[in-house]
Amino acid sequence: MAIFVDENTRVLVQGITGRDGLFHACSMRDYGTNVAGGVTPGKSGQTVEGFAVFDSMHEAVSKTGANTSVVFVPERFAADAIIEAADAGIRLIVCISEGIPVLDMLRIVSYLQKKATKLIGPNSPGVISPGKSKVGILPGQIFRAGGVGVVSRSGTLTYEIVSHITAAGLGQSTCVGIGGDPVIGSNFLDVLRLFRSDPGTEAVVLVGEIGGSDEEEAARFISQELGKPAVAFIAGRTAPKGKRMGHAGAIISGSSGAAEEKVAALNAAGIPVASEPAEIASLLKERLHEA
Amino acid sequence: MKLLEYQAKEFFARAGIPIPQEQLVFSAAEASTATREIGLPCVLKAQVGVGGRGKAGGVKLAHTMEEVESHADAILGMEIKGERVERLLCCHAVDIKQEFYASVTTDRANRTLILMVSPAGGIDIEEVARTTPEKILKIPIDPLLGLQAYQTRRAAMFLSDKGEIKKQIAAILTKLYEMYVANDLSLAEINPLVVTSDGKVTALDAKVIIDDNSLFRHPEFEGYRILSKDEALEQEAKGKGLSYIKLSGNVGCIVNGAGLAMATMDLIKRYGGEPANFLDVGGSSSPAKMIAAIDFVTRDRGVRAIFVNIFGGITRCDDIANGLLEATKNAPLPLPVVVRLTGTNEDEARKMLEGTSFIPAADMADGAKKAIEAAGEG
Repeated sequence: MAIFVDENTRVLVQGITGRDGLFHACSMRDYGTNVAGGVTPGKSGQTVEGFAVFDSMHEAVSKTGANTSVVFVPERFAADAIIEAADAGIRLIVCISEGIPVLDMLRIVSYLQKKATKLIGPNSPGVISPGKSKVGILPGQIFRAGGVGVVSRSGTLTYEIVSHITAAGLGQSTCVGIGGDPVIGSNFLDVLRLFRSDPGTEAVVLVGEIGGSDEEEAARFISQELGKPAVAFIAGRTAPKGKRMGHAGAIISGSSGAAEEKVAALNAAGIPVASEPAEIASLLKERLHEA
Repeated sequence: MKLLEYQAKEFFARAGIPIPQEQLVFSAAEASTATREIGLPCVLKAQVGVGGRGKAGGVKLAHTMEEVESHADAILGMEIKGERVERLLCCHAVDIKQEFYASVTTDRANRTLILMVSPAGGIDIEEVARTTPEKILKIPIDPLLGLQAYQTRRAAMFLSDKGEIKKQIAAILTKLYEMYVANDLSLAEINPLVVTSDGKVTALDAKVIIDDNSLFRHPEFEGYRILSKDEALEQEAKGKGLSYIKLSGNVGCIVNGAGLAMATMDLIKRYGGEPANFLDVGGSSSPAKMIAAIDFVTRDRGVRAIFVNIFGGITRCDDIANGLLEATKNAPLPLPVVVRLTGTNEDEARKMLEGTSFIPAADMADGAKKAIEAAGEG
């Protein structure tokens, strides 16, 4: 079992004729993901690298039966692309594009509440259920199938941590990069709820960072409702206040969003926090052993 | 992008939010001329991006023309938290009867907009939240519906029981919200929002932060950018596709990905070192970016060693190695550079760096330790 993506995932790439869109369409197909084609307005009828190109999401969905989309279009078109996918009946949208205005994201999140569509991102590296499907830009070779669910606000830090988990002989059920923006479609809580009801997920790794209070919310949920062992890592213990650390959402505002607060909240909820990425695997093994 | 007070007040004025009569000046002589127009008494306020200017002596009340000159002289040129005061706002001093707080901002946790008001104005709102949270009213706003009239009435009632004052507050809150949405802000704050002795509600101070992500559709805001020295460096790096923030340590960091870059800084600190910077080279791995990254890190005279930490997923390690070699082709680095490359094409990359002066590291922890050691020797 897995969450978000599996063998039944059929993907459309929004922005497939762009450099990144096409590169990752190929890389997803190489991984074994069922890529049904892509959309670039005005380029219907073309074929790129064997992928059918459509003018609109409505056309693409009706002709391919795709249920998932991945967004690679530039930031000024990305909000529109997400709404188009939702209106075309897509069930899961994974937005890789970064730099979408926060106000647009607030409106999108509010709009999607009325729909059955789920959104991961923006500014997400994607989601992968190893051996089944990869949607996004994650490097497939570092993952292996197993029972650890990973949810993270970051990209390469997730790869670093996953490589330690894999090297320790543990595999992953699904890894979700929720994105580094302040307002995102699926937050820690949304993903943890899915991990809770997924029989294929035995334990959870949460990778957080400075900014906002999602980690604190997650800590509460893990201790009260998750019912599975969990460990965490928090990046940004040395980050200065008031500076945006690369991710638009990674900023300590006033006294809120600091790493120490998040670590304290997780520890108070009985969740061990690794002091460096390499420590995650051994903490995980201890917790799985106890469980 | 955070605006200075006088810029934020220009936003207020355009939105129709009442502000005191005021003028921006750059010298004591200009302050005198401005005061003659505005009238005494007047408040002279340092225009800086950092907080705490009042405590630092950057805000002074003048009752006479002599005081205007001497205060202006004292404030202009002073340093507040490392920022030199170059601009001064001369404001007509109003007679204050009551002070409130009002803001519109994004509530990250609930993924909505929020209107926040408090009758405890003039002090830091975080302080109010800590000590007397019952004095803050938070009203969530559906971003698709927008601010409703009843919400502004509810907020106004929370602040005052006088009909005429409530009407003015409600009108100001509506304008504050409209200004927020029209300009893609992430914060629009009035603290304090005051009632004067003649019964007028006026914004005495203003804080406006523009959502950086929205700047592509607001080219008109570029002119508002006033950068401190550090910010100028950050902005220059951004132009080269790098995300750079200067810190105060001696181990320079070059990393791909923001999360990994933070974790790298944390690891250096954990092993007893001090990171000199945050630097994310981003997803692509062109040699030009590596050259620019090395340039930024080595411009910081405090740096004694560099740790290049790359986890190549999409980024190819051989591209990074190529960039490192290119960057050091003409002028050898004066500093030890520890390189950790893991992921796509790591074997090719390692071979490329063999026999060079780059110090290889097996993993992230090994790299951090080696870089700290090298920085200690340098």
